[in-house]
Amino acid sequence: MNPADSSLIEMSVAGFLILSIFSFLYKDNPFYRLAEHIFAGLTAGYYVGLIYQTVIVQQLTIPIYREGKLELIFPALLGILMFTRFFDRFSYLSRISLAFVMGNTAGIFLIQQLHGLVLPQTQATIINPLAGSWLLGAVPGGMIIIAGVITTLIYFYFSKEHKGVLGKTARVGMVFIMISFGAHFGYTVMARLSLLIGQVKFVAFDWLPRLIGVN
Amino acid sequence: MKKLLRFFTPLFLHPAMLCASAGGASWFRTDRINSLILLIIFAAAVLIYIRLAKTGRPLFIRKLSGLDAMDDAVGRATEMGKPVLFIPGIQEVSEIQTIAGLSILGRVASYTAEYEAGLLVTVQYPVVMAAAQEIVKDAYVNAGKRELYNDSMVQYVAGSQFALAAAVNGIMTRIRPAANIFMGAFYAESLLLAETGNLTGAIQISGTANPEQLPFFIAACDFTLMGEELYAASAYLSGEPKLLGSLKGQDLLKIIIIILILAAIVYLMIDWKALFILKILETS
Repeated sequence: MNPADSSLIEMSVAGFLILSIFSFLYKDNPFYRLAEHIFAGLTAGYYVGLIYQTVIVQQLTIPIYREGKLELIFPALLGILMFTRFFDRFSYLSRISLAFVMGNTAGIFLIQQLHGLVLPQTQATIINPLAGSWLLGAVPGGMIIIAGVITTLIYFYFSKEHKGVLGKTARVGMVFIMISFGAHFGYTVMARLSLLIGQVKFVAFDWLPRLIGVN
Repeated sequence: MKKLLRFFTPLFLHPAMLCASAGGASWFRTDRINSLILLIIFAAAVLIYIRLAKTGRPLFIRKLSGLDAMDDAVGRATEMGKPVLFIPGIQEVSEIQTIAGLSILGRVASYTAEYEAGLLVTVQYPVVMAAAQEIVKDAYVNAGKRELYNDSMVQYVAGSQFALAAAVNGIMTRIRPAANIFMGAFYAESLLLAETGNLTGAIQISGTANPEQLPFFIAACDFTLMGEELYAASAYLSGEPKLLGSLKGQDLLKIIIIILILAAIVYLMIDWKALFILKILETS
């Protein structure tokens, strides 16, 4: 929301809802419930309209009628089968659509992971750890990358109990994982703080001054 | 021999060279032969392990601590007379983590049916709702408790990420479920959900493959399944030959990758020709 282009009423609705949601920090209360129900109801309604317009109209009706893409009747039929769930006698037909989506997902995901993650990461790990300079950190850096990848892979090896050498290696892998989580944690908290600052800035410097007539 | 050479030559060439030599569109992407070979090895391993599992040969899977807690969580819910809240992530059914979450939901639903505990599943997408309803219904029918199932056990609560978080937080503070189980793809709402659940005193078990959300789950939940453990969980819980075979196949692939990495590194340290292994792994 750009405060400069918004009316006081729009800003007041936004500010009130922000404060209502923040009131949950104290405890569940009627203001929070009001904001929660408005939020949930609005998004549900908004997505019905959005999906109708972007999927049913733009990706189905228009291509079939105007462009003659009759092959789109197949996904349309799968979509229609989902409505059989409203009739007990025919509800089993909706499983065809669900099975199609789930099977398709698993197949596509397998190739995506192999080609997009497994192979590039394996390739990126194959480095000569002794190439480069000790002083500039290339040698220890390379060794850390290799050790991190291999020990983490061993941590996610499920076919043997993590005992003995395997257990110790997996524990090293766990240390690498936790260091990575620590970095993720800090990074995400920083991002959340910037979101909080944005909301506080809107309430304290844009809405409230305008509401009391200071700005 | 010439035919063999012709087939394997693309393995050692750079994708750019292949594209240049192709001279136009073709049905077969030769730059992806490496993926095909890996896929064939993986599929063969999975099929072999599935066959082994079907013949009754026990396939060992190490214990995953978070999963044993599910049984305890449902037991606690039964004692307290409070429901179990399950969220299969906030993504569509076209996300593999959602499928893994739904698979675990099947097991949780069979526990709640067996113990006659309440179950509430909240979702963000209508198709996930339909899939979850089918899975929960199946679990109740298989447990011989069809009369305890009703469609409102699975609820579509909101159409967007933070609206779902707001709605679920409200549900947690009002119903106060005995156990909260988060299994699937979660994003920025992970801490909002887990922290509220923590405040209500529920047992919390979570699992996601999104690494940036795992620290929050680890901090706020009692048990967390990290990354691939989410996918291993359904195999571990069900003991089904197909899932066990798939998990064993993945483990074999990991061993192959570790051996490949170590062998290539050693070779690279003594001979620059090891670079050809890097070429094999090249992706476009």
